[in-house]
Amino acid sequence: MVLQPSLKNCLWLSCVLRTPKAGFRSTASGALVIQSVSNDVYQNLAVEDWIHDHMDLEKQQVLFLWRNSPAVVIGRHQNPWQECNLRLLRQKNIKLARRRSGGGTVYHDLGNINLTFFTTKKRYERMENLKLVVKALKALRPQLDMHVTDRYDILLDRHYKISGTAAKLGRTSAYHHCTLLCNADKFVLSSVLKSPYKGLKSNATPSVPASVKNLFEEDPSLTSEMLLDAIAKEYAMHHHTDHHITLINPADETLLPGINNKTKELQTWEWVYGKTPKFSVSTCLNIVYKDSILDVKVNMDVKHGRIEVCNIDLPEQWLPPALYSKLVKSLTGSKFCPNETTTLAATLLRVCPQDDELHSRWNLLCENMIMLM
Amino acid sequence: VCIHRVRSCSNIRFIKSKHVCVLDKSALKFSHQQRLFRTSAVSCGQIVQFKLSDIGEGITEVTVKEWYIKEGDSVSQFDSICEVQSDKASVTITSRYDGVIRKLHYSIDDIAFVGKPLVDIEIDASKGVASEEDVVETPPMSHDEHTHQEIKGHKTLATPAVRRLAMENNIKLSEVVGTGKDNRILKEDILNYLAKQTGAILPPSPKAEIIPPLPKSETLPAAPKDKARKIPLPVSRPIVFSGKDKTEPVTGFQKAMVKTMSAALKIPHFGYCDEIDLTQLVQLREELKPLAEIRGVKLSFMPFFIKAASLGLLQYPILNASLDENCQNVTYKASHNIGVAMDTGQGLIVPNVKNVQVCSVFEIAAELNRLQSLGSAGQLGTSDLTGGTFTLSNIGTIGGTYAKPVILPPEVAIGALGKIQVLPRFNGKGEVFQAQIMNVSWSADHRIIDGATMARFSNLWKSYLENPASMLLDLK
Repeated sequence: MVLQPSLKNCLWLSCVLRTPKAGFRSTASGALVIQSVSNDVYQNLAVEDWIHDHMDLEKQQVLFLWRNSPAVVIGRHQNPWQECNLRLLRQKNIKLARRRSGGGTVYHDLGNINLTFFTTKKRYERMENLKLVVKALKALRPQLDMHVTDRYDILLDRHYKISGTAAKLGRTSAYHHCTLLCNADKFVLSSVLKSPYKGLKSNATPSVPASVKNLFEEDPSLTSEMLLDAIAKEYAMHHHTDHHITLINPADETLLPGINNKTKELQTWEWVYGKTPKFSVSTCLNIVYKDSILDVKVNMDVKHGRIEVCNIDLPEQWLPPALYSKLVKSLTGSKFCPNETTTLAATLLRVCPQDDELHSRWNLLCENMIMLM
Repeated sequence: VCIHRVRSCSNIRFIKSKHVCVLDKSALKFSHQQRLFRTSAVSCGQIVQFKLSDIGEGITEVTVKEWYIKEGDSVSQFDSICEVQSDKASVTITSRYDGVIRKLHYSIDDIAFVGKPLVDIEIDASKGVASEEDVVETPPMSHDEHTHQEIKGHKTLATPAVRRLAMENNIKLSEVVGTGKDNRILKEDILNYLAKQTGAILPPSPKAEIIPPLPKSETLPAAPKDKARKIPLPVSRPIVFSGKDKTEPVTGFQKAMVKTMSAALKIPHFGYCDEIDLTQLVQLREELKPLAEIRGVKLSFMPFFIKAASLGLLQYPILNASLDENCQNVTYKASHNIGVAMDTGQGLIVPNVKNVQVCSVFEIAAELNRLQSLGSAGQLGTSDLTGGTFTLSNIGTIGGTYAKPVILPPEVAIGALGKIQVLPRFNGKGEVFQAQIMNVSWSADHRIIDGATMARFSNLWKSYLENPASMLLDLK
């Protein structure tokens, strides 16, 4: 049962969280279970950062439970263009977040639960955590056939992935987090995690696609709440502590000083897109113009999310050379981003000859370029 | 003392502001003669090979994903050096030493081996031995950030980072009151001590320890409040401001603005302003708003302003024209593609409603809704943003009355609308009544548009809005 925090619990938690790494004066035993009241992926990721940076995990380990409204979360060293359909994300208003741990890309919605196990670096042990999760689920529904692979995935019926894992290690602390598919929208999941972008070459960590299944499909009586509770109970038992889930609000600056800055940083373009390892785009635009199809070879190098080098192989004189070179010069150094490119393209058009034919060619070329982003 | 100065100088030279450093001017003077001091007072620093430590779970190799420092950078103990990845785990490697990075043993995407050298660090000879003793060579304490150190037999509890901060600011740790556990001196204790000394505003440092926000009353100078009342007294204490200028390249939206405005500068602008009584329009909109909502459209004042402008342009088509680069030809545009300036999170964009001359007020409202939602989501397409012939800018939603808008080439006119205010005005009977007044400021290209044309257009536009029923006569 999830207990609502009383004022006393809030104050106690406040003491527990605010005390610097010197350790706790409280009577807290080996472990703490906290749950976020927010479904905002950035706020929840910020809580992970905060606990990782500020809490002393020597005397007390932490299990953090959280769920997000629809979002795609990529790993620290991944390339969002390679991993998901950014156009579709923008259309459906699905958020894109980059987490600080490694690993691959996942889709979150309220039918997916996230578990983060915080320990000291010494006590970092992923297999142990996952075995705990499986134990909890088995206690809840003994008939489920679940199995932890050596890639730290949890498989259902030896075939379907129901959980993926990632981890972050710092100087003294570490965390291992994993997902758990209860009742997520598999249709949206598969469509957003399919990248339409061709010709990308990068050393970014690739995701390993897998067939997924919801626990709900095996047993419709299961809900996210039941799973969270079962896991929290198992965790508490394992650490010989009371089964008690403390709710926390990731926007509470008094409880978590500095959290709002962390949340903001996770939302910046520089973090989400700018941290993409250097990659190149080498493709051919098939521009349908009047009655013919133009093959336009495009080569771009993108570093820190910005276009470092840009080459567009247009037929000679299709665009006036001066205008073409203005376009290439403007694109160089600007973000590999459809919004920015659209604005630049529209602006450049203002200061060139007012010719309808020229305008339509220009818009056509720019729209095709934007499709790459 | 010499060694002190040189050390703090070397920290100034490689500016990585991870700590708040309040420097007094004498320290800066020495920086020019740094080399001299170094060779005479300090022997060459010892170069240590910092090996990649054990990551756990029996992992022997990792991939280097990002370097946070480069060769020549100065690092402090606990600063992040690089990010490595191994099997879904991302690991931040932090420095064990204070010193200067002399060599990176790997490039991005290389495989690094546990137990093998990761970077070479030149440790300051003056500090070298001490820092190793403090943390590295004593395993039981290596996981505990707070190390117990002894200075001249007096046990002062503070981390090496806090010690360094105190040393750089010539503070005796014994004079600082520690507020941490066991009277440990925390960074905030040093900052508070400094704040009391100099009355300075100190920006918080982005380090791992929690620093609760300093209460504002301590840090805000009292001067602004007193300014109105008396001449501010000369300050006797030295005021130190440790903020830094920040330079960034001009890109994206800003770059676009630079291009547009530079071109606009070539157009000789003239302005014409007037006041519009929108009392009747306000009433009309109140009546029509629910009707539009039933049809799923939000109705603001803009659709009326836009339609009235188009009706005016039918009478004065030169305002919907374009002048070519050599000022040889004027092209009268057939379509009224009226642009609406929009303020998005990233900057100013001007999408336009196409062919207003054949659109109803409702259709214009629906199109505006579409453009506004696309604009705020950053999803406007090139066709939405190009082809504009005339622009209205509703700056009044933010505030202001009169403005001096800048024409967006290749257009020749633009109108800026101020906010609607309730003001007292006289009616036909000489009575004072509450009028809803809005100001409009037009700018036009004086090469092809004269003042009279602008004034007449404005009057026509004004008459349509002040008496909305008159629009019915001219609607096509």
